[in-house]
Amino acid sequence: MDSQLLLSPHSSTPMYAQIVEQVVAKVMAGAWRAGDVLPSIRELAGNSRVSVITVKRAYLELERAGVIVTRQGKGSFVADTLDATRALAAEEFQAQLEGLLDAARKRGLSRQDLMDRIGQALSRQEETAPPPLDEPDRRTPK
Amino acid sequence: MSSAIVLEGVRKQYEDFALHDIDLALPAGQVMGLVGVNGAGKSTLLRLLMGLVRADGGKVEVLGQRLPQAQVAVKRDIGYASDDMRLYSGQTLRWHMDFIRRIYPGWDEAYAQDLLKRFDLRPQQLLGGFSHGQRVKALLLLIFARHPRLLLLDEPTTGLDPVARGEVLDALADVLRDEQRSILFSSHNTADIEQIADSITFLHDGRVVASRDKESFLDHWRRILCRGEWTNAIRQLPGVASVRNSAPLLELKTGAFDASTLPALQALGLAVESVEPMSLEDIFVTTVRGSTHA
Repeated sequence: MDSQLLLSPHSSTPMYAQIVEQVVAKVMAGAWRAGDVLPSIRELAGNSRVSVITVKRAYLELERAGVIVTRQGKGSFVADTLDATRALAAEEFQAQLEGLLDAARKRGLSRQDLMDRIGQALSRQEETAPPPLDEPDRRTPK
Repeated sequence: MSSAIVLEGVRKQYEDFALHDIDLALPAGQVMGLVGVNGAGKSTLLRLLMGLVRADGGKVEVLGQRLPQAQVAVKRDIGYASDDMRLYSGQTLRWHMDFIRRIYPGWDEAYAQDLLKRFDLRPQQLLGGFSHGQRVKALLLLIFARHPRLLLLDEPTTGLDPVARGEVLDALADVLRDEQRSILFSSHNTADIEQIADSITFLHDGRVVASRDKESFLDHWRRILCRGEWTNAIRQLPGVASVRNSAPLLELKTGAFDASTLPALQALGLAVESVEPMSLEDIFVTTVRGSTHA
């Protein structure tokens, strides 16, 4: 598991909150999966050059939010309940998609029009967007 | 939890400077940053812990042993670096490495080689030809490669260029991975301390003016901008260390921010415009100014 986060001491977001955000992002993207062992607090602190207490606090917040679970002496793991969070994300996508189709109907766009517009929007985004996250199934096996 | 450092009521009187009743505790495995202006007593405190200076009174315990009694035993496990330490300018870095290696059985040659690369130092070069930054890195290498359980570093990053500072911070981060090792380091550069310290101690005029864990430190300090009339009651609010008035705006800085802060301001008829976290540097300056005006 890649245990280096990309943190900046100059961000207006506090360090611990940056850690929380990035761990959530990794879990949501499937890079870290339910049951995976998280890096130890000291390992993550050393690799990311941030104090131990800051990582501790981030892990506590992640625990409170149900993103990770910590077992005494065994370390922290990505929580199973995250499947629920991802189901929520899928649900939200479905709702947005239906809203989009609805709006297209109102404007009287044909199927082809709609496909073209989506294609254009995607290529516009690809020009400006940051590189995509690693595919979950391309990650290195443990 | 065992302690790396315990100071209780430590005093030291000099002709024109004194350390007063210093209480300080650093649990093993933690990193403490010591912040203070020049002459605040940071170096004296570090020298006391190294046994280079003897306290007039109070208890000094390092790695579970009392100083000065256990001085010789404890020194093996301490790595102390300060600006006044001299290396031999007529000898190479390799000569220094071999010298330390003979004295300290814990010398880790593989780690020393790793640091040579990361610090971009040439072992066969005479120390006399080193730049200031290279000398500092050489000194730190000689200490880090011994894996001391306690590092006492007096201004380890002062005078280093940004690249060298990054290299030194990376090497300090190596120490974080080991829960048995502790660091106490002083710095003018509060950004360095903010990044890797677990706890922070402000020293001013030979006294500890604040010492607590970094997260709660940063959490409790806020700069608040309000709109409204100045009243004396604002100064009486808990933790308020500074109030500046520029009608119709008021700026206050508090070290006791919590859920009751904003309602208390609103009760005084103030409309809160913004609430911002403060940098460690700002917190330090505000604390020091507050303590001298009090």
